[in-house]
Amino acid sequence: MWLIRACASIQARHMGMADMKSPAPAPSTLQRMRDSDIWYSFKQSPITIAAAVVTVTFFLCALLAPWLAPHDPFDLVSMDIMDSFLAPAWSIDGDPRFLLGTDDQGRDVLSAIMHGSRVSLFIGFASVLLALLLGVGLGLWSGFVGGRLDAFIMRVAEIQLSFPTILIALLVNGVLRGALQIEQQVHLAYVVLILSIGISGWVQYARTVRGSTMVERNKEYVQAARVIGIHPWLIMLRHILPNVTGPVLVIATIHLAVAIISEATLSFLGVGVPPTEPSLGTLIRIGNDFLFSGEWWITIFPGAALAILVLAVNLLGDWLRDALNPKLR
Amino acid sequence: MAKQSPTADPILQVQNLSRVFDVSPPWLNRVIEGQPRQLLKAVDGIDFSVKSGETFSLVGESGCGKSTVARLVVGLYGPSTGQIIFEGDDIGGLSRREMAPIRRRIQMIFQDPYASLNPRWRVKDIIAEPIRAFHLAHGGAAITARVTELLEQVKLTADDGQKYPHEFSGGQRQRISIARALASEPDFLVCDEPTSALDVSVQAQILNLMKNLQRELGLTYLFISHNLAVVYYISDRLAVMYLGRLVEVGPARDIFKNPQHPYTRMLLDTIPDLEMSGRERLPVAGEVPNPINPPSGCSFHPRCPFANARCRSEAPQPRMVGSTAIACHGVEENRIIEAAPVANGR
Amino acid sequence: MALLEVDQLRVEFLTRNGTLTAVDDVSLKIEEGEVLGVVGESGAGKSMTGNAIIGLLEPPGRIAGGEIRLDGQRIDNLPYEKMRKIRGAEIGAIFQDPLTSLNPLYSVGQQLVETIRTHSDVGLAAARSRALELLNEVGIPAASQRIDHFPHQFSGGMRQRVVIALALSANPRLIIADEPTTALDVSIQAQIIALLKRLCRDHGTAVMLVTHDMGVIAETADRVAVMYAGRIAEIGPVADVIKHAKHPYTDGLMGSIPVVGQQTERLAQIEGAMPRLTAIPDGCAFNPRCPKAFDKCRQTRPDPIASGAGEVACWLIEQEAHHG
Repeated sequence: MWLIRACASIQARHMGMADMKSPAPAPSTLQRMRDSDIWYSFKQSPITIAAAVVTVTFFLCALLAPWLAPHDPFDLVSMDIMDSFLAPAWSIDGDPRFLLGTDDQGRDVLSAIMHGSRVSLFIGFASVLLALLLGVGLGLWSGFVGGRLDAFIMRVAEIQLSFPTILIALLVNGVLRGALQIEQQVHLAYVVLILSIGISGWVQYARTVRGSTMVERNKEYVQAARVIGIHPWLIMLRHILPNVTGPVLVIATIHLAVAIISEATLSFLGVGVPPTEPSLGTLIRIGNDFLFSGEWWITIFPGAALAILVLAVNLLGDWLRDALNPKLR
Repeated sequence: MAKQSPTADPILQVQNLSRVFDVSPPWLNRVIEGQPRQLLKAVDGIDFSVKSGETFSLVGESGCGKSTVARLVVGLYGPSTGQIIFEGDDIGGLSRREMAPIRRRIQMIFQDPYASLNPRWRVKDIIAEPIRAFHLAHGGAAITARVTELLEQVKLTADDGQKYPHEFSGGQRQRISIARALASEPDFLVCDEPTSALDVSVQAQILNLMKNLQRELGLTYLFISHNLAVVYYISDRLAVMYLGRLVEVGPARDIFKNPQHPYTRMLLDTIPDLEMSGRERLPVAGEVPNPINPPSGCSFHPRCPFANARCRSEAPQPRMVGSTAIACHGVEENRIIEAAPVANGR
Repeated sequence: MALLEVDQLRVEFLTRNGTLTAVDDVSLKIEEGEVLGVVGESGAGKSMTGNAIIGLLEPPGRIAGGEIRLDGQRIDNLPYEKMRKIRGAEIGAIFQDPLTSLNPLYSVGQQLVETIRTHSDVGLAAARSRALELLNEVGIPAASQRIDHFPHQFSGGMRQRVVIALALSANPRLIIADEPTTALDVSIQAQIIALLKRLCRDHGTAVMLVTHDMGVIAETADRVAVMYAGRIAEIGPVADVIKHAKHPYTDGLMGSIPVVGQQTERLAQIEGAMPRLTAIPDGCAFNPRCPKAFDKCRQTRPDPIASGAGEVACWLIEQEAHHG
């Protein structure tokens, strides 16, 4: 969504500029995108198109859940305990009102999934953004300055890498919860989740960006900027940053899938979002209690939704990595 | 070569300039494996001066330190010892802030036209960067006008400013690089192998352009190259560099006509013979030694047919012989056997 | 019959924007023991011609027409295994970067022994003594010790000597040398050129020397083919082409090279740049840059016409023949 909007605004700006200044406008951004190798490789891969369709569908459902969802799973008034444990609509015990059945409190599973994806995607995006800012910033700084600072940041990164991600997230989570008051915790559940997933994920960005920065920093265009006397911070931001972001986009896409899984895992373990505002992970945990009593749909459908979403995002990331890799073109 | 006669006062003076690089293995390896610190003397006590309006060339094989000298002069590296005096002021080791007014006057053209332009920037922004950095024009319209002027100066068009570097050929990119260097209205251009990545026909275009610009703008060039024919064409004076030291410095014409130092002679003998005169040449012996462990005494002695015990133990100091300064015991002692001059100005 | 005959070779690249012709109707011959220089600016198709001959065209490049004959036998349509045997045994290859042509994990001796034993049925000891002989021949000092060294322990010039030894190891009749001296320093370059010349004389090996450097050609080649935009502009004995260039492109190219000892205020320059493969002009590919172009040049593509001891693809030559 934001990508399309950004492109549209860039294009609008570009066209405006072209109209005013140059008599023969260069091809517009949209045109150039359509001619690009990326678009070509996208069109060539049916799996990627399918993955993109699935991802976009999830995004739309999540974003428009309050309007699209057949029921409001948070509205206690509309819920009826008599509707609880209804099987999916197509089975004998099904109710046509609830396509994927209901849970123990009579909540519509489909609506819960739509609202749950909203929470999962929000936390996923926010923690990816945090990890990205942290990782790109530290990686850029570390690679550009080098020396002791670089050694220090990279040792910290290596130490963190020697622990499993989920353990780090649990650790950060535990520390933050310990430091906060009980009543604050409910409000801050999102913040705690985002912080813990974000902090556990910055290393990969930092290492990649540091590597590319060390290559770019020695290139002659950076030396040219230094000869002009541009401030090192500006050289980092304006010259090097735009040239090291390609691989970051790939990592971010794959990391989005990881972040969604991490959130689900944390919620499943009971340290995530509260059951009153369920994410996909919370839904799976709730349903898990009823799996062996025959109400399989309560956990299987959110689980399947999570698997499909993560698979689609991962496939997109894989494709992006190959499409941006000049060696594989 | 009826060029604007260079004025007598030097614009740049380099005195006893050295630059040492620490190429040691990391600290931990040194401690555990007991390896010593390793220092590379890329530039080892050189002196030369460049007169205003002339082209002064540094020639040598790869690894001789000529590119390090270029980067020392523009302030990308600080000197380990010695002075770089630009119009009377020592600019070696100034801070970024102190260097700012001098930076505008000393600019650089780089070797690789594919690496010297930021691939994510439009050409107009690349050329405008120095104009904005030094506040040489104010307002979008004034900057655009100046960028157009610069593009036309290097025989490109105003429309080219809208494009990205990858849309240009190597020669055109080098023109953009020159336009960026000229944007700050410098007096002194350091050119680090500006044509060695280009095809010959494009090289001729760039060399001609550089000569024209020098005449029009009164520029002074410090020209770094390994290509002797190019150096012959463009230089007024030249210095031959070997393993961080200058072996021969003097007017280009004199050195090409009558090379004195055995290394200069060897280099001149490697120039391919396009005239196909069938001239017999001395075989070239050996390779450039590792600069981390340079030979004792005169660093050229292992490859020199005239070396004796003194050459192996004592480093020669430059001495004036006619118009050129030569660092060679053999020349001093008059024991270099006269070989046929290479270029007689055929 | 010449050792190598290339007849109207055409190399195409299939891209999503259509087919690009990188080598277009190139015909040339190399006699036994002859050094043919192929010279041109980057993108002229000279390396592509060399790669097509040794069968090392990388997809999406492919031979789209013409024939390549070694000793009268076609080699352009051979299956991979057969071509692999010819490559090495009959045709050797030397590339620009000696470091990437050698396997860093094996000593140079191992690589030489392996190559020798692939192409002839000799024992290990015999192969090793042959390897040593080769290293001595290409001028590696203390070869008996250095035979067990790894590529990274050699300097650039020494590495290129090892690559030459590898190319010679099966006594090929033809060597394709693609920019063999470009990555080397000037003094080393002179050594390698002298070595190549000597070896070819001693062994009677024919060489196709692909380079952008006219100086190297002048020093080494017997005949030279000047390529421009995928076609041969001019081919002939090296002295004729260098001193009395007939094609305006060759003429301009020679004028643009600075010469030591020649007083030049301004180098002759050819305006513009070689066209990209996607935009080769109609008629003669050189016509937009040619100072002597006339209408016919802009409409019809000239084929090589015999002129003196060589061939020139230029309508001016035809005109001269008519009028003179």
